[in-house]
Amino acid sequence: MLTYNSVKELVDLAVQNKCRISDICIKDQAKKMGKSEDELFEQMEKCFDTMCESAEWGEQEGRRSTSGLTGDEGYLMKKYAEKDGGLMGKPMSRAVSRALAVSNCNAAMGKIVATPTAGSCGILPGCLITAYKERQMPKKDIVMSIFTAAAFGMIIAQKASIAGAQGGCQAECGSASGMAAAALVELMGGTPQMCADALAIAIVNQEGLVCDPVAGLVEIPCIKRNASGVVIAFSSADMALAGIEAKIPADECIDAMREVGDAMSRDLKETATGGLAATPTGKKYRTQVFGE
Amino acid sequence: MNIFNIIGPIMIGPSSSHTAGACRIGAVVNKIVDNDTLTEVKIQLSGSFARTYKGHGTDRAILAGIMGYKSWSEEIRNAMDIANERGLKYEFIAEDIPGAHPNTARISFTCASGKTGVVEGASIGGGNIRIDNIDGMEVSFSGENNTLFVLHQDKPGVIANVTNLMYWRYGDLNISGFHLSRKEPGGDALMTLELDDLPPEQLITDLKKMDNIDNALLIHAI
Repeated sequence: MLTYNSVKELVDLAVQNKCRISDICIKDQAKKMGKSEDELFEQMEKCFDTMCESAEWGEQEGRRSTSGLTGDEGYLMKKYAEKDGGLMGKPMSRAVSRALAVSNCNAAMGKIVATPTAGSCGILPGCLITAYKERQMPKKDIVMSIFTAAAFGMIIAQKASIAGAQGGCQAECGSASGMAAAALVELMGGTPQMCADALAIAIVNQEGLVCDPVAGLVEIPCIKRNASGVVIAFSSADMALAGIEAKIPADECIDAMREVGDAMSRDLKETATGGLAATPTGKKYRTQVFGE
Repeated sequence: MNIFNIIGPIMIGPSSSHTAGACRIGAVVNKIVDNDTLTEVKIQLSGSFARTYKGHGTDRAILAGIMGYKSWSEEIRNAMDIANERGLKYEFIAEDIPGAHPNTARISFTCASGKTGVVEGASIGGGNIRIDNIDGMEVSFSGENNTLFVLHQDKPGVIANVTNLMYWRYGDLNISGFHLSRKEPGGDALMTLELDDLPPEQLITDLKKMDNIDNALLIHAI
C-alpha cells in the first residue's frame, strides 16, 4: 500500500522504497485514478506546457487586467532582468518576472493552471520554468517534480486548506511556495527529508499571511505576492539543500497554518473588507472599478 | 481529491470561483439545450457575483459556457462578440436572490423551437459548482457526472421501478449520487441520479413510457 496521510508518512515511504517523492506520488495516483503512470505523466506535461505558455503570454507588453488596475508587471520585470539581472541576478529576477507574468496572464483573462489556486498560479511556474530554461534541467525531471509539489499540496489541502477564503493567503501563496520549494529540492537531487524541510521553511515564512484583495479582485496584492512567493521558495530550497533543517516538522507547520487560519478574522479571508482592501486607496480603487 | 485538483484546473483567469465555476454553470444550460438553438438568455447574478462580475469576467464566462465553451477556452474573453455574431440575445441583471449561496447565477433561456427553461446554480469554490434549481424544481448536482433527471408522481414504488429498470436492463450502470425533491406529498417529484457511466439513449425512452413518470432528461457531464 502506498497511501499516505502526512508529510512524515510520505517521506518514510520514499526512503523505504529508495525513490523520489514524485515516484511514490505518481504510483499512488495511477492506482487511485485507474490510469497508467504514462497517462498521468502526459497530463502533467500538458500542465507544464500550459504554464510555459501563460508566462510567455503574460510577459508581452500591454497585458492589462480586466479591471484596468494592474498590468505589465511581468513585462517590466523581464525587461529589467534581461539587462544585467538586477540585484538578484538573472535566474532569480527571471523567476520573479515569470511569476508576475503568469499572474498578469490570469488577471487579463488568459489561460493558466491553478497551482494550487488561480491567485497563487505564478509561483510554481516561476520556479520551474526558471529551473528548465536558466539551469537547463531536463523536462522529464521538471514534470516529475510537479508530482512532488502536488503530493505535498494534497496533504496541505487535507490537513489545512488551500483556499484564501478559509485560511488566508498563507493557504494559497504559502502552500504554493512550499510545494515549489519541495519540487526545487527534488530537482537539485536533494533527499525526501530535504524536500519536507524546504516545504516547512517556506510555509513558516508565510505563516499568518492574510487574504485582503483590493476590490475582491485577484490583483492587488496577489500579483506581487506571487513574486515574493518565488523568492521564498528558492531561499527555502537552498536552505534545505545546504543542510539546514526545519526546526518544526512540516506536518506541525501545516497544523499551525490551519490553526492560524481559523483564528484569522473573516475580514482578512478573501472578503475584501479588511487589510489592504479597507485602506483609503484600496477603497478608491474599488470605486474606480465597481462604482459607489 | 487527486493531484489534478491541486495542479489544475487549466482555466481562463482570474478566479476559479468567479470565472471557471461561472462558465461551468453556463455549460449546464448548454447541455440541457442540447441540439436546439438558443435565441435569448437572461442571466441574473446574485451576491458576490452581482457585485464583482465586471472585474472577474463572470458575465463573459457564463455566456461562454452557455454557448458551449469550456472553462479553459480562450473564447471566454470575446464571449459577447461571439454571442452577437450568433444572434444570441443576452442580458445581465445584478439582483440578489434571497437565501442563495453568495456566488449564484440564475439563467433563463429561450430556444428557436420555443423551448424555455431556468437553471440556477452556485459556484462553490475551486471551479466546482452545485446546480440548485431547474425549472422551479429543487435539485442538487455537480455536473461532474452524467446526471439523469426523472420527473414523476410522488407515489410508492416509482424509485424502485426506475432503479430496477436500470439494473435489470442496463446492469453496468452504477449510481454515484441520488437526490429526490417534491413540491407536495403525492404531487410532482424529481429524482436526480448521478451516474458513473453514460447510459444509452434507450434508457430515457424506456423511462418516459413508465407509469407515473412524466419526463426524463439526461445531462451529460460538463
